[in-house]
Amino acid sequence: MNTHTSPGKYSAGVKEYRETYWEPNYTPKESDILACFKITPQPGVPREEAAAAVAAESSTGTWTTVWTDLLTDLEYYKGRAYAIEDVPGDDESYYAFIAYPMGLFEEGSVVNVFTSLVGNVFGFKAVRALRLEDVRFPLWFVATCDGPPHGIQVERDKMDKYGRPFLGCTIKPKLGLSAKNYGRAVYEALRGGLDFTKDDENVNSQPFMRWRDRFQFCQEAIEKAEAETGERKGHYLNVTAPNIEEMYKRAEFAKEIGTPIIMSDYLTLGWAAQASLSRWCRDNGMLLHVHRAMHGVIDRHPKHGINFRVLAKMLRLLGGDHLHSGTVVGKLEGDRAATLGWIDLLRDKFVAEDRSRGIFFDQDWGQMPGVLPVASGGIHVWHMPALVAIFGDDACLQFGGGTLGHPWGNAAGAAANRVAVEACVKARNEGRELEKEGKDILTAAAKHSPELKIAMETWKEIKFEFDTVDKLDVAHR
Amino acid sequence: MSEVQDYGSRLSDPNSRKMGTFSYLPELTEEELRSQVEYIVSKGWNPAIEHTEPENASSHYWYMWKLPMFGETDVDAIFQEIEMCKKANPDNHVRLVGYDNFKQTQGTALVVHRASIKL
Repeated sequence: MNTHTSPGKYSAGVKEYRETYWEPNYTPKESDILACFKITPQPGVPREEAAAAVAAESSTGTWTTVWTDLLTDLEYYKGRAYAIEDVPGDDESYYAFIAYPMGLFEEGSVVNVFTSLVGNVFGFKAVRALRLEDVRFPLWFVATCDGPPHGIQVERDKMDKYGRPFLGCTIKPKLGLSAKNYGRAVYEALRGGLDFTKDDENVNSQPFMRWRDRFQFCQEAIEKAEAETGERKGHYLNVTAPNIEEMYKRAEFAKEIGTPIIMSDYLTLGWAAQASLSRWCRDNGMLLHVHRAMHGVIDRHPKHGINFRVLAKMLRLLGGDHLHSGTVVGKLEGDRAATLGWIDLLRDKFVAEDRSRGIFFDQDWGQMPGVLPVASGGIHVWHMPALVAIFGDDACLQFGGGTLGHPWGNAAGAAANRVAVEACVKARNEGRELEKEGKDILTAAAKHSPELKIAMETWKEIKFEFDTVDKLDVAHR
Repeated sequence: MSEVQDYGSRLSDPNSRKMGTFSYLPELTEEELRSQVEYIVSKGWNPAIEHTEPENASSHYWYMWKLPMFGETDVDAIFQEIEMCKKANPDNHVRLVGYDNFKQTQGTALVVHRASIKL
């Protein structure tokens, strides 16, 4: 209950942030947006002061008192640092928890929230490094965002795929194929048993393959593979473009030719454009696959930037039906527990705080549909048992080299993956432990599938066991 | 390295048509099928049987055999219904669906009988 009290006399000058923005006794409200930052302060700056400075600079504060402060209710509008915790295994950095009142933000604007939370504060001198580890979005904010255009259940119904993960493949080489040869690669992979093929993130409309030609040849490939296999198929036609007008032009053409799914690179395209494209997709019954090119710039450094779990939550709010999540087992970065954390944040209705998976807050998604996590990058049939165990059914497993690199070609490579995933799902449903018995399960399945047998011989020795750079914070030095 | 083999799928051959989960594996034995039905029951999904003429299999909607068996957990009873459906529709494909009413979609769907196709 606000009682009307005068803010007191105006007194110019620089105050310590903690006088105003450090409130250890504050109990966060259900309506607050909560953030957990990992702060690495400059030497000599006390913890409370740095935490309060982050709260101030990401909300109402500026470096000096101004007379217009007294024309508003700063007590309401300010962000508050309300807790500080040690980072396990790290003497230098600590977590600061900050609560922001709902009135600070425009409803439904992910852009606005992040312009505050990761705005000027990231260049602030009092902190040497700063990382946004997690954000709790209150239900009122979730409900004012559009969210995924369709969600996992609708995608299953539209594509008629049940009881197993989706299978995909990125067409390679990434760049340089003509549209007709590219369509050939798509056709072969789809007729062999994949559900989807995919444009690479940087396939847009280069001189070697203009977008319109690619769209048309890929659509012919989809239609023929559908007629041949009797199953529904798609190719993620990338509509990422140099400007929004061009993006819509490509999306409209994709719709005109009857394709079921398009794609975007949400970080390079821009968040507002992503939100608009997602809304267009819902209005036009188009599924939307989302690639995360550039995320490593933002999320990889353990002390500075934005953790991927925040980028994943952001995409669910902005809207997209698929998002690349890392594979845990392939060639790209990804700690297992952390990945399990953010695939749940993409898919589930409610995710509870769980520090063992890097989740700092409960997150209630209300009725917002889920995003399908996509595991892509350096994976092949030998990874299938682990992938099915880690991701379960609600994921898209994408094998690029692991399809196209098959000695007999794409169709055989696709069939090998399809046989492998079905064998793993069947074994899981029978109660077998996939990660322990994976080799036996695949070997047995290969007896009926020469394509799988050859795939297993081709990729047997390939492993990716580099250590992860961005690990969860645990005390194991 | 083995010799390259052709991938023998053809538009002109109706046997090239696939039908969702497990259609790339050899036909399930009765025992294997039983495990899958037990899985559906153990997930709390509602079993339902559908069938179609092979030439109409690509439609979303197959013919529903009676109504979904809401709350049915007896695997033998589910098998009996599958048999009845097969007998009544001898030249049809038959599939078993597990409806997940919490996710509001099908938890799984698998073809349990594939009609033989004469060329």
